[in-house]
Amino acid sequence: MAGHRKQLVYEKAAHGLMALLTAIAVAPVIAIIIFLVIKGAPAITLEFLTEMPRNGMKAGGIFPAIVGTFYLVLGTIVFAVPVGTLAAVYLTEYATQGRLTRAIRLAIANMAGVPSVVYGLFGLGLFVLLMQFGTSLLSGSLTLGLLVLPVVITAAEEALLAVPQSFRQASLALGATRWQTIRRVVLPNAVPGIITGTVLAVGRAAGETAAIMFTVAAFFLPTLPDSPFSQAMALPYHLYTISTQVPGMPDEIKWGTALVLLLLVLMFTLTAAIIRARFRRKKRW
Amino acid sequence: MVKTAELQKKAQLHGVNFYYGSFKALEDINLDIEPNQVTALIGPSGCGKSTVLRLMNRMHEVMGKTRVEGSVLLDGKDIYAADVDVVELRSRVGEIFQKPNPFPKSIYDNVAYGPRIQGRRSNDELDGIVEKALRQAALWKEVKNKLKHSALELSGGQQQRLCIARTLAVEPEVILMDEPCSALDPVATQQIEDTMDRLKENYTIVIVTHNMQQAARVSQFTGFMLITETGEPGRLVEYGPTSKIFTMPDRKETENYITGRFG
Repeated sequence: MAGHRKQLVYEKAAHGLMALLTAIAVAPVIAIIIFLVIKGAPAITLEFLTEMPRNGMKAGGIFPAIVGTFYLVLGTIVFAVPVGTLAAVYLTEYATQGRLTRAIRLAIANMAGVPSVVYGLFGLGLFVLLMQFGTSLLSGSLTLGLLVLPVVITAAEEALLAVPQSFRQASLALGATRWQTIRRVVLPNAVPGIITGTVLAVGRAAGETAAIMFTVAAFFLPTLPDSPFSQAMALPYHLYTISTQVPGMPDEIKWGTALVLLLLVLMFTLTAAIIRARFRRKKRW
Repeated sequence: MVKTAELQKKAQLHGVNFYYGSFKALEDINLDIEPNQVTALIGPSGCGKSTVLRLMNRMHEVMGKTRVEGSVLLDGKDIYAADVDVVELRSRVGEIFQKPNPFPKSIYDNVAYGPRIQGRRSNDELDGIVEKALRQAALWKEVKNKLKHSALELSGGQQQRLCIARTLAVEPEVILMDEPCSALDPVATQQIEDTMDRLKENYTIVIVTHNMQQAARVSQFTGFMLITETGEPGRLVEYGPTSKIFTMPDRKETENYITGRFG
């Protein structure tokens, strides 16, 4: 009886400890958001969101940086999602599982651990110089695309593996080819998971600084980018430069920029969540 | 004249050995499947009944490393020959699985799946195929007003009949059924059995079942399979007309099994 009571105390203590640790883990996230909103909200006006910077960035808006980040995220998705998804299809549906696929998966896991500045230098060498795309949205998007590929591949692989084997069997037994089965049964049911991976990728791409520093980002441009070969301003790089390179920068502009970056990522995430919810409603097994 | 008799068999297994990796799962299987009849394979769990079934549409190849020795003939032609297109084979030999597995699509799209992958696109043609297949599977009356509804809204028995309709829409010659009623209640089971009885006019059916009464009810031919011990390959102990297997089997093991003395 005493032993049982002791167990109960342990149980309660463990429960309380875990709740506390969870709170500690979540608290910074909430704190950051509250802090950003309080500090940054006063800076956010229509002018801030829609106008070019003036007076050495100390006045005016951050419109070109918003536009640049938007294009970069879009370019990253266009490159990384199809490539990553097809790579995942190959790894899960076609490749014979063995030493080669294990090696590929290990390489992908390692890619995720490479520092982003290394991707930046690699992008500079490959896209900017060797392929002569110059410092441009194209080079930046491709570099960011490479950076987020591991996330996209891993999420897509998990999504594909979660599609019940019985769907594949049913399709193949009806005389469908492997590709028809993937195209008509497996992929449509994996879309929600692939979108999840895309959202994670967007978050990383939108916030990345080091990878775009050498490949696309400009400190200041008088005009908006008008082609994939244009240079562009981008929010994280803008934030970095105004915080470190511009003396006497008003604080609320920095916080305002950070808040806008956060909201932009949130917007992409929300869009993805809505698309995902639509697909989920149809799926029940 | 032996030749003609041979050709009349719909499918034949000659001296088939089958391996999953290095494990020998079947040994020396010899089986003649009669056209427009229901052939049942019975036997205890793990004796290789389902494996024999899958040999006939090569679905085991989907599941991993396997090897087949001996020959499996469909209309006298070896389906493991190098020039055989496995995709075409599977459109001739359909399969109904143990657990109903409709796609998470509409009822209509489930049945139209096979014809569509064969490149049939015209809506009129597809409408006709879908209705005909659903009628054959005895499901039309229940679903004709909700063809656009999700197949997953149907009951288990309806889902299984939908899977039958989906297979029929491809117009196969042989239909393999792997314990098609094991997940269904008695009423749904009865409906499937009635459907099978009508289908055999146009199709050759091979059914695996662990339910001896079902084998006795639906089949004209029965094969009894057995493994002597775990790890040993499965063998076909006895094969013949269902009436004979269930009343005066030649082998002691068969008699023991059907009288419920083991298994």
